Amino acid sequence: MIDTILITGATLPGGSQSDILVAGGVIRELGSIAAPAGSRRIDAAGLVALPGLVDLHTHLREPGFEQSETVLTGSQAAAAGGFTSIFAMANTLPVADTAGVVEQVLSLGQQAGYATVRPIGAVTRGLLGEQLSEIGAMAHSRAAVRVFSDDGKCVHDSLLMRRALEYVSSFDGVIAQHAQDPRLTEAAQMNEGSLSSELGLKGWPAVAEESIIARDVLLAEHVGARLHICHLSTAGSVEVIRWAKARGIRVTAEATPHHLLLTEDLVRSYDARYKVNPPLRRDEDVLALRAAIADGTIDIIATDHAPHPSESKECEWDSAAFGMVGLESALSVVQTALVDTNLVGWNDVARLLSATPAAIGGLIGAGAIRAGAAADITLHDPSTSSVFDVTDLAGKSVNSPYLGRQLSGSVRYTLHNGYLTLDDGLVVPAEVVAASARAGSQMEMGE
Amino acid sequence: MRHLLSTKNLSRDEAILLLDIAEDMSDTQLREVKKLPTLRGKTVVNLFFEDSTRTRVSFEAAAKRLSADVINFSAKGSSVSKGESLKDTAQTLAAIGADGVIIRHAASGAPQRLAESRWIDAGILNAGDGTHEHPTQALLDAFTMRRRIHGDASRGKDLDGISVAIVGDITHSRVARSNLWLLRTLGAHVTFVAPATLIPFGAAEWPATISYDLDQTLSEGRPDVVMLLRIQAERMDAAFFPNEREYSRWWGLDDERFAAMRSDSIVMHPGPMNRGLEISSTAADSAQSTVLEQVTNGVSVRMAALYMLLAGEREGA
Ligand SMILES: [Zn+2]
Repeated sequence: MIDTILITGATLPGGSQSDILVAGGVIRELGSIAAPAGSRRIDAAGLVALPGLVDLHTHLREPGFEQSETVLTGSQAAAAGGFTSIFAMANTLPVADTAGVVEQVLSLGQQAGYATVRPIGAVTRGLLGEQLSEIGAMAHSRAAVRVFSDDGKCVHDSLLMRRALEYVSSFDGVIAQHAQDPRLTEAAQMNEGSLSSELGLKGWPAVAEESIIARDVLLAEHVGARLHICHLSTAGSVEVIRWAKARGIRVTAEATPHHLLLTEDLVRSYDARYKVNPPLRRDEDVLALRAAIADGTIDIIATDHAPHPSESKECEWDSAAFGMVGLESALSVVQTALVDTNLVGWNDVARLLSATPAAIGGLIGAGAIRAGAAADITLHDPSTSSVFDVTDLAGKSVNSPYLGRQLSGSVRYTLHNGYLTLDDGLVVPAEVVAASARAGSQMEMGE
Repeated sequence: MRHLLSTKNLSRDEAILLLDIAEDMSDTQLREVKKLPTLRGKTVVNLFFEDSTRTRVSFEAAAKRLSADVINFSAKGSSVSKGESLKDTAQTLAAIGADGVIIRHAASGAPQRLAESRWIDAGILNAGDGTHEHPTQALLDAFTMRRRIHGDASRGKDLDGISVAIVGDITHSRVARSNLWLLRTLGAHVTFVAPATLIPFGAAEWPATISYDLDQTLSEGRPDVVMLLRIQAERMDAAFFPNEREYSRWWGLDDERFAAMRSDSIVMHPGPMNRGLEISSTAADSAQSTVLEQVTNGVSVRMAALYMLLAGEREGA
């Protein structure tokens, strides 16, 4: 196994060129570096080197829904997309509401070795929105859970939300809220507007999201807690967050790649690949989200990678499952929607997709390319433009809305803890990655 | 025409051609031998995921009068109700050689999904999908209006300048949507009349006048056609309106409102009617009412639709 990798001629997020020397799982040196004997050399001329991407919102489906995804296959999808850390949502079966489940997910992630898998704990037992789950036990478990979310469901009871915000602050945790008023969205299928009425699909009003966000930022202010809002999808939500931040409320917000590129018009096809929660919205919402990313109102981009088997999508719209896979395509979508449109630079991409999600999730040491940091590095070629294809997917499910769509850029290499998980566009085989991960952890114990 | 999924993308010429063919079909129905050989050897499947005896029987009569072989495939008691997917059902129908599939489904877009999938190559005819569309109902309504207005000189005519008030639960009505698109294409003007809860969200962007006041629409608009839609009791539970009495008081075509209408105006209802709720018996049984004509014309219009989809070599098939 080659332990030393020299990346030459990479473009750092700030725009400067540098070689990057990686050894023993750590970035040793930046600058102009002579190749050490026996090292693997990666020619990164023309490639952007980003700190390994961090996804605060991934559905890995294991335990319980292994036909859609497993921790292994989901982290392979992560590697293909340039992600080195992923936060696994709690809506598994059993739900990740106890120390046992989150430790199981943590271990599966460590065995697979493609990425740091950080479990998210459920806010309420069984995601039922009735009683708090064992938040303290999960926080103090080996998984050291810091992010708690009932994602897929909204913590809609105001009192329970207040208590949750207060309680997790005891453990330096944060609640990641899936903002969706359940009564206003009963049986809802797509963004509510003249198009939903024309298509005869039950409307999902923007106010169902915005009213919960408004309530929750006020609750966070009242109890002085930290709040994170998942997948903002409307222009109104942006306004509420902007107001809250101006007021000094400790709120962070996320947007998904698909809400930055796709609009409700795609639903005209009744193709359930475009069915997602929250739903695709209008053009003006997409533009408002992009502007909010550019001005810092939205802090991070997270994939909401949501794998589903084909039979859950190859059916009539009403019966189809919500969600789309997104890990493999995220960086290309971000380039297409934000970089190519000159709204953000690569430095911002590094912040939006690595440094800030790492900070929100309490992931220490991630999010920067600097000497001494763990060698989590993504090498991205921004010069390509290609039609996204099913062969670009590396997870178990193929419910991508981008199949057949032209996207910019492609991830060429992913390094996690100093070893390759994606090598020249190909996912490194599982046994090779697992062996690297084992070697790495033994070395850590030896040091 | 490859499929008939919606009236929204029917051109004026296509719509008039279909109505004219329906006139021809209607003429044949006056003969002693009603049956035509047009679709001999073709297999038409009535695929009904939702119960609707009226519509199914109308399609069945239309297909049989064109000499097609008709297979009734209803969801109740079949593999469909045991959780078989739309895809599997479609592939089964493809395997038995269906040339045309008439589909009624509770999910909006299911017919389009069938038409655009590679599951089956048959011509797809939408017989009502969710709250989306019911194109043959709109076509038979337009046919009925055209006949009442132009009589024997109907062929080639559109509905230019005709005013139509559609009254009732627009929000949940596929009939209202299909009628709006078709009537606009044919030159008519449409007013939707309902309490605000039963007007679709965003309908202000549609090419229709919105009215909350039936009396005002009747007295000021003096519409040529008043079409009542069925009100379902379950809407009261979901807080769309308080109770039947209040609904019929403000939006029902009762005797008084009917008496104040122009004597040459037309009263329509797609059936089944709630007499005394959205329409009074006097209005429903009057000479101005077209309720039974609509049923008769339904067969002619569906014959025309099947003819346009399935006769001869199918384009792109
Ligand atoms: Zn969510």
